[in-house]
Amino acid sequence: MNEPVYQLQDLKKEYAGRIVTDLECLDIWRGEVLALVGPSGAGKSTLLRLLNFLEHPTAGRIIYQGQAINGSVPLAVRRQVTTVFQRPMLLKASVHDNVAYGLRLRGQRVDGQVHDILARVGLELLARSAAHKLSGGEMQRVALARALVIDPAVLLLDEPTANLDPYNIGLIEDIVRQHNRERGTTVVLVTHNVFQARRLADRVGLMLSGRLVEVADTHMFFDAPSDPRTAAFVRGDMVY
Amino acid sequence: MTGIALIISTIIGAPLGAVIGLSKFPGKGFVRALLYTGMGLPPVVVGLFVYLALSRSGPLGPLGWLFTPRAMIVAQTIIALPLTMGLTMTSVESVSPELKRQIVALGATRAQAAWAILREARIGVTAAIVAAFGGIISEVGAVMLVGGNIEGKTRVLTTAIVLNTRTGEFSLALALGIILLALAFLANAAMLRLQGRMND
Repeated sequence: MNEPVYQLQDLKKEYAGRIVTDLECLDIWRGEVLALVGPSGAGKSTLLRLLNFLEHPTAGRIIYQGQAINGSVPLAVRRQVTTVFQRPMLLKASVHDNVAYGLRLRGQRVDGQVHDILARVGLELLARSAAHKLSGGEMQRVALARALVIDPAVLLLDEPTANLDPYNIGLIEDIVRQHNRERGTTVVLVTHNVFQARRLADRVGLMLSGRLVEVADTHMFFDAPSDPRTAAFVRGDMVY
Repeated sequence: MTGIALIISTIIGAPLGAVIGLSKFPGKGFVRALLYTGMGLPPVVVGLFVYLALSRSGPLGPLGWLFTPRAMIVAQTIIALPLTMGLTMTSVESVSPELKRQIVALGATRAQAAWAILREARIGVTAAIVAAFGGIISEVGAVMLVGGNIEGKTRVLTTAIVLNTRTGEFSLALALGIILLALAFLANAAMLRLQGRMND
C-alpha cells in the first residue's frame, strides 16, 4: 500500500447541471480495500463509474497508475478495472460462459481458470446451468466470479450484497477478502452496510451530497471519527 | 418465394435494425417513425408501387420481372423489411442499459459490446423474423398484383385460395386454407422452439 492506484483531483461529475460527485482530493492505494459509505444519492455509485472509466468527469483529473486519463481511455487501461454491480447483470448463457466472458473478450484461452474460480465461489456443480435460473445469491456469485477470473488490478463493488441473505453475504465477503490478500487486488466497495465496511475495509470514507466528508483507517473511522457527521452516521443517526 | 424474401429481409433488416438500435444520431426519431409506418404499410400499396416500378414504362421495366416470381420476392421483401428492421431495433433497444454498462465494464470494445447486445436481443430478433414470416405468408394483394396469379408460375397458396373461392370451389379453397394455416403453424412452432432453446 505504498503507491496510489488512483489519484483523484478536483473531480466533479454533473448531470443536467446538478453536481452529483465533487471530490477535492482522494488517493486510492494499491492493494487496499476502501469502503465508501453514505446515504443514497451521495454520489458513491457515480464515483465508481468514474473509476471504471464508464463515464467522463465534468471537471478535474483522474490519474490512474501515474497516467492522467483524458478523453478516450486506452483499452488496456480499461481492462485492468472492472465492476460488480448491485444487480448481477448476467448474459443469457450458462454459468460457465458468463464467467468465461471476460477472458474471451481478451482473446485469452478459457482453460482451468473458469473451473477454479467457480470452485472458489462454490458453483462448480452448476457450471452448465442457465445463469438466469439461479437464485439471487448464486447469480451474484457468478457475477463476482466473472469479475475475478480476469484478475483485475482494481475491483469495484457497487453494493454487491444489498439484496442477499447473510449466508451469501458471508460467502461473498470471504471471497473478496481472500482475493484481495492473495492477488493484491485493490478493492473499492460501495455499501450501505457499515458493518460490512467495518468487516472488509482497510479504510472507510463517508460521502454526503457528492462530497467526501472523511476518509480514515477503519478503526479510526468507527472509533474516533474526526467529523461530527461521521460520528453521527456511525451511531446510526440520520445524516443527509 | 416467401422463404427467399424472408432470408433477404432478415439478412438486410436485422443488421440494419441492430445498428439503428445501438446508435444515437440526429433524426433517429424520424427513422423510427418511418420504420413504424413501414410496419403497418398496406401490402396492396407495396404491390402497386412494385407493379409501377416493374411495369414496361416503369424505371425497372427493362428487367422484365413483372408477373414473375422475382417480382413477388421483391414485393414480399419490401413488406417484410420494416418488420425485421423495426422489431430488431426495438429488441436491441430493450436490452437493459445496466447490462450494456456491465459488458463495457468487463472490458468489451464497441464491436464486442454491440455483438453481445445483439445476442442478448436474439429472442426479439427471432420474434421479428416470425412476424415478418406471418406478414408475407398470409399476404395476397401484393403478390396477386405483381405476380399475376399465373398457374404453375406465380400462383401461391393465398392467390389460389382467392381464385378457387371466386370460382365456387369452396372445398378446394378451404383445403388450401388449412394447408396454409398448417404451414404457418409449423414454421412458427419451429421458430418458437428455437427461441425456447435460446432462452434456456
